[in-house]
Amino acid sequence: MKCFFLITSFLTFLFPQAFAFELNVSDQPNDDGTRLAIRWDPLPPDELRPIDPESYLLLRSEESDGEYIQVDIVSSLDPSREKIDEKLTEGQPYFYKLVYSDSAISWESNVAGPVAPEENWYNTARTNVLIGIIITAAFVGWFIILGKKGKSLYLRPIAGLNAMDEAIGRATEMGKPILYSSGRGKMERPASIASMNILGSVAEKVASYGTPLIFPNNDPVVTAVAQEVAREGYTKAGHVDRYDPDNIYFVTDSQFGYAAAVDGIMIRERPATNLFFGTFEAESLILAETGNSIGAIQIAGTDSSIQMAFFIVACDFVLIGEELFAASGYLSGDPQVVGTLKGSDYLKVIIIILILFGAVVGLLNQEWFVNLFLTA
Amino acid sequence: MDSGLICVSLFTSEGVGIWIASILTLAIYSFLYRDNPIYRFSESLLIGISVGFLLVTTFDTTLLPKAFEPVGKGIIGISESGGINSFAIFVWILIPVVLGFLMFTRFVPRYAWMSRVALALYIGFGAGASIPANMQSYILRQIDATIRPFLNIDSFWSLVNALIVLVGLISTLFYFFFSKEQKGAFGKITRLGTFYLMIFFGATFGYTVMARISLLIGRLTFLMKDWLGLIS
Repeated sequence: MKCFFLITSFLTFLFPQAFAFELNVSDQPNDDGTRLAIRWDPLPPDELRPIDPESYLLLRSEESDGEYIQVDIVSSLDPSREKIDEKLTEGQPYFYKLVYSDSAISWESNVAGPVAPEENWYNTARTNVLIGIIITAAFVGWFIILGKKGKSLYLRPIAGLNAMDEAIGRATEMGKPILYSSGRGKMERPASIASMNILGSVAEKVASYGTPLIFPNNDPVVTAVAQEVAREGYTKAGHVDRYDPDNIYFVTDSQFGYAAAVDGIMIRERPATNLFFGTFEAESLILAETGNSIGAIQIAGTDSSIQMAFFIVACDFVLIGEELFAASGYLSGDPQVVGTLKGSDYLKVIIIILILFGAVVGLLNQEWFVNLFLTA
Repeated sequence: MDSGLICVSLFTSEGVGIWIASILTLAIYSFLYRDNPIYRFSESLLIGISVGFLLVTTFDTTLLPKAFEPVGKGIIGISESGGINSFAIFVWILIPVVLGFLMFTRFVPRYAWMSRVALALYIGFGAGASIPANMQSYILRQIDATIRPFLNIDSFWSLVNALIVLVGLISTLFYFFFSKEQKGAFGKITRLGTFYLMIFFGATFGYTVMARISLLIGRLTFLMKDWLGLIS
């Protein structure tokens, strides 16, 4: 074996390029400046070919002759021959080397570096996301402009929404309150925003009839927004004096604490109508079942796909998925919301065309088209 | 399984916790019979404790490390080193802190409008930041997942499988098309989409009910094993 090392060392001295094992380090593209990519030639290096070690140590240092610390154990069988070193400091130069040592031999690769991780302002791997957003924005913007110009934008009727007036009227006739819940979604969620749009329309209607509206909340920010929206609804109806901010209140952010509280409110206040619009989780069936047991007419709408099934079995009417967003435009008639819906409709047509085209192109084994939709 | 009833001792720190948890579990389950004072007590206790916990964790994990400490350090930094850099960093820290405190203006009706500034920024930023994520996960990845199987058709059944997904996706997308009434040929496609939706709801209902039953089993196991000692 010693003879082999002597020969390989001599040959390496004569032909360094032919035998040199290369370890490379480069900045990881499209990141926040905390990662470097380390790549290496196929293992083992020629010097270690007779013993062919299973693993090597990848070491890192901030100085070429400084103290090296272990980053990872590299398997010689790893086909990627790459390691992404993470959680580094932006702008700090780093050096790397691969080492192997046992009782008989000690080997070190070349020192790769210095390379400093750099933050990238634009993620080239997400250009398709940017294009998608631009197309969507163009459609939505166009239809908002059309709506604002007064062009009539048709939206098909939605059964659950047609029942809304009936549900509010029923509560009024029975002299009982309406209970509203937006579930557990944070305010920035699209479903919560849609829920607030619906709340505005509901508040306007109940203000006209003088029906109490109770809205126990799971999130303090949603509470604040709901109070503002409801007040505006009552003001639009010309009955701001009937608005009671104490009926829209924060209960707790605990999921089942909230469910227990709303159940208790339902049993004690006996609302004639329950409206569940927003993002719901495991509490959905608990709420809807209790509402069902007190004989309330229930209308629900959520973007939580798993919870829709529970609402379907326990509620009288359910707005499925995007119907929740349609509802806010349908009820408010706001050209911005209606325009958004029309824009998303046309986006769906484009998506369907792309999928059909993609399926045909995929059958012809044209991977480049399918890869257009890959995102990092 | 043991035949005897061997309740956990009430006179150990662990035992006290198990007894309290068990009694509260039964108190909450009493709602299955009807609303009653025991349920109301446990409901109020749960809400009170969760709100108290929220207050403490908000102070410890948000207010202290993200507001009070950075502002304090900023003030010290300016007083010690001075300079425009320290002041600029301090302003960057102060802006979100001030916006957060604007929410408290809701308690003073005259200045309550100021809280709308913070709310508008919060909602606007949150909704805007979610747009690229939604475009990526709900549109591009779905398109990719639907058409990629067509690249690897190696048998008749893999083609059938890919077609089932393709037809389901397109018909369901048509169901959510709001600009056209669901009549005629278009109505037939949307009806097919409805079938796909119903299959999905049935599957998720069954799956989630199974998960809920496992939660119930967990609670019953706690009562029967940890509390009553009926299960060894």
